[in-house]
Order: sequence, then C-alpha cells, then structure tokens
Amino acid sequence: MSTMDDYQSDAEIQWCPGCPNFGILQAFKKAFVSIGKDPHEICLVSGIGQAAKLPHYLKCNFFNGLHGRAIPVALGVHAANPDLKTIVVAGDGDCYGEGGNHFLHTLRRNPDITVVVHNNEVYALTKGQASPTTPKGERRTLQFNGVQVPPLQMLAVAILHGCTFVARGFALEVDHLQDLLVSAVEHPGLSLVEVVQPCITWGTHPLKWYQERVRIVKEDYDPTDRSAAMELAMTWGETIPIGILYQSGPVETFGHDYRHTVTDRPLTELKPLDKGLMEKMLSEFRL
Amino acid sequence: MQDIHVIVAGAAGEGIQTIGDLLVRLAAAHGYAVFSWKEYESRIRGGQNRYAVRIGMEPVNAPLSEADILLALNKGALAKYEKLLKDNGIIISPEKDNRDRFLSIPFADIAKHEIGQTIYANTLAIGALVSALGMDLEITKGVVKNVFSKKGEDMIDKNIQALVEGFNRAGRECRDRCPWNLPLREDRYYVLTANEAIPMAAAYAGCRFISAYPMTPSTGIITFLAKEKDRLGVFVEQAEDEIAAVNMAIGASYAGARAMTATSGGGFALMVEGISLAGMTETPLVVVLAQRPGPATGLPTRTAQGDLLFAVNAGHGEFPKMVLAPSDPLDAFYKTVMAFNLADQYQTPVILLTDQFLADSHFSFKDFEPWDVTPKFHWAGTGNHNEYKRYRLTESGISPRLYPGQSKHLVCADSDEHNEYGHITEDLEKMAPAMAKKRMLKLDMLKKSVHPPEEVATKGADFILVSWGSTRGSVLEAISLMRGTGVKAGMIHFTELWPLPKYEFPRGKALYIVENNASGQLSRLLRSQYNISSRGFVHRFDGLPLTAGYIRRVYHEHNG
Repeated sequence: MSTMDDYQSDAEIQWCPGCPNFGILQAFKKAFVSIGKDPHEICLVSGIGQAAKLPHYLKCNFFNGLHGRAIPVALGVHAANPDLKTIVVAGDGDCYGEGGNHFLHTLRRNPDITVVVHNNEVYALTKGQASPTTPKGERRTLQFNGVQVPPLQMLAVAILHGCTFVARGFALEVDHLQDLLVSAVEHPGLSLVEVVQPCITWGTHPLKWYQERVRIVKEDYDPTDRSAAMELAMTWGETIPIGILYQSGPVETFGHDYRHTVTDRPLTELKPLDKGLMEKMLSEFRL
Repeated sequence: MQDIHVIVAGAAGEGIQTIGDLLVRLAAAHGYAVFSWKEYESRIRGGQNRYAVRIGMEPVNAPLSEADILLALNKGALAKYEKLLKDNGIIISPEKDNRDRFLSIPFADIAKHEIGQTIYANTLAIGALVSALGMDLEITKGVVKNVFSKKGEDMIDKNIQALVEGFNRAGRECRDRCPWNLPLREDRYYVLTANEAIPMAAAYAGCRFISAYPMTPSTGIITFLAKEKDRLGVFVEQAEDEIAAVNMAIGASYAGARAMTATSGGGFALMVEGISLAGMTETPLVVVLAQRPGPATGLPTRTAQGDLLFAVNAGHGEFPKMVLAPSDPLDAFYKTVMAFNLADQYQTPVILLTDQFLADSHFSFKDFEPWDVTPKFHWAGTGNHNEYKRYRLTESGISPRLYPGQSKHLVCADSDEHNEYGHITEDLEKMAPAMAKKRMLKLDMLKKSVHPPEEVATKGADFILVSWGSTRGSVLEAISLMRGTGVKAGMIHFTELWPLPKYEFPRGKALYIVENNASGQLSRLLRSQYNISSRGFVHRFDGLPLTAGYIRRVYHEHNG
C-alpha cells in the first residue's frame, strides 16, 4: 500500500504561492493512497498550462506533452497499456479550447481513463486572457470590454455525448474532491471531473465568491437521472453544485473490439510476428 | 517481346478499377511481369480516370506514356486519352467509329440483351481485352471464377458467359489488327503496391498501434491494418484529426508499443508540432508522408515529390530526425522495418516519404525477400538502474528507455526543456544546453546509420541523372533508352534523404537532377550538403509521374 510520502515529488513547484492548485494536488495524493495504487501503476498525462504542470509535483509516471493534446496522448497510452491508470490533468483552455475537438470525440470513444479539468475561467500562464469558460461580460486582460460570447458548458456537453461519469469538484474542498477523484478513477469508462478553482492572480472573483456559491449536491440526489444531471451541469451562478452530477452503467469502452479479439494485455506483451506468417501473407501477392 | 501497354480509361464508378485490377491479375496469371499505375480525379463518380497496365517478360517497374491498347469506356475517355495511342495501337470502346484502329463493341447493350443485365459489361470488356492481347481463354476463366467465387453460381456463370461473349466479339473484330500474343509462361511474380508493403512491414517490425485520419494517398495503410487485424494484431484507431493521430501514436509509443501514423501533405502539416514533440520527448515515432501535389489541397489524388524539404525541416526547434524515401514496394518494406528500428534506437521520429504514384502502383518482383533487416528493439532493461533517469546524459546521447508500468521505475517525459528525470528545467547554464547537445549527438550517430546512394552505370557515363524516391524505375529505364541511342547516362539514386550519407560525387561528371516537383528540392538539399552544382534539371509537376520518355525528352531539350 502506498502512503502520501510515496507521491512526494522533489520538483520545485512553479505555481503562485497560495494557488488553489495546491488543494487539487493534495486531493490527488490522497485519492491515490485510497485507491491503493503504487506510483508506477499510474500515468498522468498533461498538456500545457498551470494545471498541466501538476504531474511534475506528484511522483508517478507522466507524459507532459503539447498544449491541448493531452487526451490523444492518453488514448495512446491507454491503448498500449490498459493496466495503467491513465489520468489526464488539464486546464479549461488546454482541454476545452486548444483540445476541444479531442475532448468531443473522446466522449464518443468512452476510454477507461479519467480527465480532470481545472476550471479557473482564465488563461493563467499566458497572463489573464479569457478562456472558453469565462462567463459572458467578464473582463480579462485581452477582453477589455468583457467577453462577448457565452461560455462553453462542457459538463452538459459531456453528458449529452455519452460520458458515463461527470463530476464537479471545488479546489478548496479537498476531501470532497479526493472522493470524487477516487470514484472517477474507479469508474469503468470515461470519467470527467471538472474542478472549480479561483485564480488568485488573474481571477475576477475572490475566494469568498466561490465559497458562498459552491454547494455539495444533496445526499438523496440521484446521479443516474440524466435530465437532473443536465440541469445541474448547466447551473453556474447563484449556486455552483459540486459532486457526482451524472453516472451511468457500464457501456462498451474504447478498443473493446480489439481487447476481445486480439489481446486485453499491454501491447508490449504481444509476441513478435512470425516470419512464416509474413511469408504466407506475401505469398498471397504472388499471382 | 516488347512490353505491351494497356490504358483503361473511364469515369469514376464506371468500372476501370475492377477491369484494371483484373487485367493485372490476368497478366500475372499468364506468367508476365506487370506494372500498373493509376491517375484519377478527386471524386467518387464521373470525371475521367486512367488505369495503366504494362505487361512484359521482365519486371520494368516504370510507367509508360504511349499505349498499345486503349480501352475507353465512354466518349470523354476517348477524347482525353486517344492522343496517347501509338500509331499502330487499337481502341476498344462502345463508341461507334469507322476508323481502322477502332474495335467498336457496345458492352452494355450486349450485356443487357445477351447476358441479361448491364452489370456484366465490364466482364465483356475484359473478354475483349483478353482476346486482343492474345491471352488464354481457359486461364482467364479460372481467374474470373476465382475473383467472383464468393458471388454465387449464377453470378459466376453469367460472368463467364460475358467473358466469352466479349472474347469472341473482339476476336471477330480484331482480324489482323491485334498483333499481340501472351502465351502462358512458367514465371510467377509478386505483385503489390507500397500501400500494401508498408503496413505488412510495419507489423513485421513490431508496430502494434496506428492512428490516422483518412487522407489520399495514405489511407490504404491504415485500411490494410484494419482489414488484417486478426492476423497482424495492430490496434487501429481512426483519429478525429491528424493532430490527434500523431499525438495518439506518440502516447502509445511512450507506453511501450511501436506506433505509427500515415498521412499526406496537409495532414502532415498538422502533425508537425507532434513531430517536434517526439523529438523533444525522445519518443520513437514513424510517420508515413504520402506526397501529393500541393500547396494546400492541391491535386488531391495525383502524385508529386513536393514535400522533401518540408519533411527534412518538419518540426520547430532542433532535434534529430530521419527521412527515408523508398523507391519501390520491396524497398518500402525494408525501409519501414529500418524506420522502426532506427526510431527505436535513436528515440526520435522517422519519416517515410512516399507519393501517390508509389502508394497506388502495382510493382512486380521475381523474388520478394525483405529479410535482411530484422526487427531490433532497444529497451534499456529494468534491472540495472540505481536511480532511473529517463533522460540520463550519456556519451552517445542515447538515454535508457523504459516504458511506464514496466517496473517500479517511473518514466517521466516532458515537452518542456527538462532535467535528466524529465522535470521542467530553466537551468540555462548547464542543463538546457546539455540536453540540447545530447539530443543533437544522436544526429551524428544517425549519420553513421545511413547508406550512400545507389550508383548505376556511373563509370564511363557522359552524364549522370540524380534522383530520389519513387522515380527510380523511370530513371533506370531512361538510362537504358538513352544508352540504346548511344547516349551514355548513369544514375545516382537517393533513398535516405536525411541525414544525408557521407558521399563523394564522381568527379567531373555533369549532373542532371530529376524530380517530380517544380522547385528542385533535392538540388537544394544536395547543394547545401555536398556543395555540388548541377548542369541541368528534369522537373515534372503536372501531377503525373515521371516516365523514361519524359526524362529523355527534357534532357534532349536541354542538350539537343
């Protein structure tokens, strides 16, 4: 069994002091300990942005790739080795902006991976521009008169297009977020966890603004009710509901045909092709 | 016997693919070497397309321009391709024409009235071709039965009936106008395209994952692997775009599976950031770039060698990379295995440059024994690291590569400049330059893995044609044509384009650089690497492949 110390990275943390990312990092570590996986059994995949640096601050396998492209890399990792717990860590700009197309199509694929999206409604690493989730009318460093277009509602999009686990957490509710992450990672199929997160450097709302609005969904809330889930997914204003908003039964996951007909083991375990087979195939071209 | 050249021309959807494929089979079944190439419009129905089949006693894997027989399925095809017919050639067509070179056979009418349905028109046309070519009817029946074996007895019988009807009609029409004769020979040839050789070679090399977005002329590769999933066991994913395709392949490769993607110029443009990512993260990656004429969408279904410098320079920043341009399907098989081996050994991207001509053309080979290059893997082994560092600074520049989950060792890869552990670094004094240097060291080693170009008849040559990739067959034929008229030409042919090998060009020979592009990209590359200059150029950039005749004509235009 692993402990919190096992996940302690030596890398210097580059986030702003006091960033709610530290809460998310803590929740990740705690979740990994509860899942009972060792660092080498986990693979974090990220792109670019402040959120995407998180894998460096956790001791486990990681691939920190290009802006927007964490999901396709994760799909390749998962295809090659389904034994790894593959988890994408991305920001709102990274996942919904630059990587939006990959996000959409991966909902259809339903890979057994987890996608965690830090949603701070701002491009933080490029100094404060609007992101795809910035509410209409709010100012950012490039949107002097406020954002002119409505935000994307990707949790609703996810539910609409077949994601079978959709949750929203809050960076400062660490224990609650830990539980969400555990459930997400253990969910068979694609799990999406969006983490509401104030940006203390560029954010237009103070911490208190979020704390007043964030509400854990009621205990009797039924996450299998798709219509109710859509309603909560689109609720962002006076209240911001957090918790498992939607969860549905196991459906076929990415690569199921291959896993059933060729191998359910890591691809590295496949034997090399026999030269005899190649000669046989080539002989079919001998007309 | 002189090679016989048949052009089957017609609209997309009219059946020229079926007729052409069957003719290739029939020629091979009679024991002849066959070469075919296609040019088609970017549409599913209509237009005018050509399927050209060259039949000979020995494999000459090069396209011809002038035809002995033109099978024109409609008026437009006749108008477009008749100019390619030799003076003593014949036309087989349902069109009416009283000229002596014309065999007018209304395939569809006969099929409808004699056989019962117009769908047998193409088999009638095959019968006519078989008769004109002097092929054996019984052998042909066997091949046709085989091809239609899954369609049921009635369908087979009707096709045989149509075949015989077409054969007899043409036999009566031919009189003394069809001098060709293709008696049965014992020889057998391997007949395949590069889009068939590459996926087989990839699987043989240990490729276990391919992700790609459909793009002509590369799509055949992923399609082949999807079709052969049960035998080859490759995980196939159609990506939402080429950016996803390249990043998925990189993810799979990082996680331990040999992986590839395939695309054409526009898709490759989208992949370029991913190629740089593979360079930075030192992830093995094989990318097939099947060229077609650009810029932008260009001529989507035609051929070109216009992306050589794009491939050589693909990717922002500096990192080692290899570009291989096979000359035919056998070479493509070798080079594909080599690409996976070198990508693995040097932990870097390798680009296989093909083109529509190479991807789609059938080449014949007496033997197909590509076993000299065998799959070689370069894992570090999990046991011998006190402390595992994915990007350990080593003398060779090659760091120990493990895959995540293989052992307790953590495998951390980063697109940022990183330290030996794979963590972001901003240490400009030591780490950043050390990592840059380490990566570039691998380029020096790669240079030692490449082979010099192929030299043919350079000694005693008055001048040398310098070429690369898929034009080899045409250049060889051009040399032989020219030598036949007393013009002593030689050939230097490159198939390993980056890094370029250590090589000394023969002194004092005039060089003519032959390329399927407009700007002379090989010329620029050779000038920069070997400081050579050329006497002249043969460039073709109309979307069609270079032929020996074209090369000879342009050479003589330069030199009288």
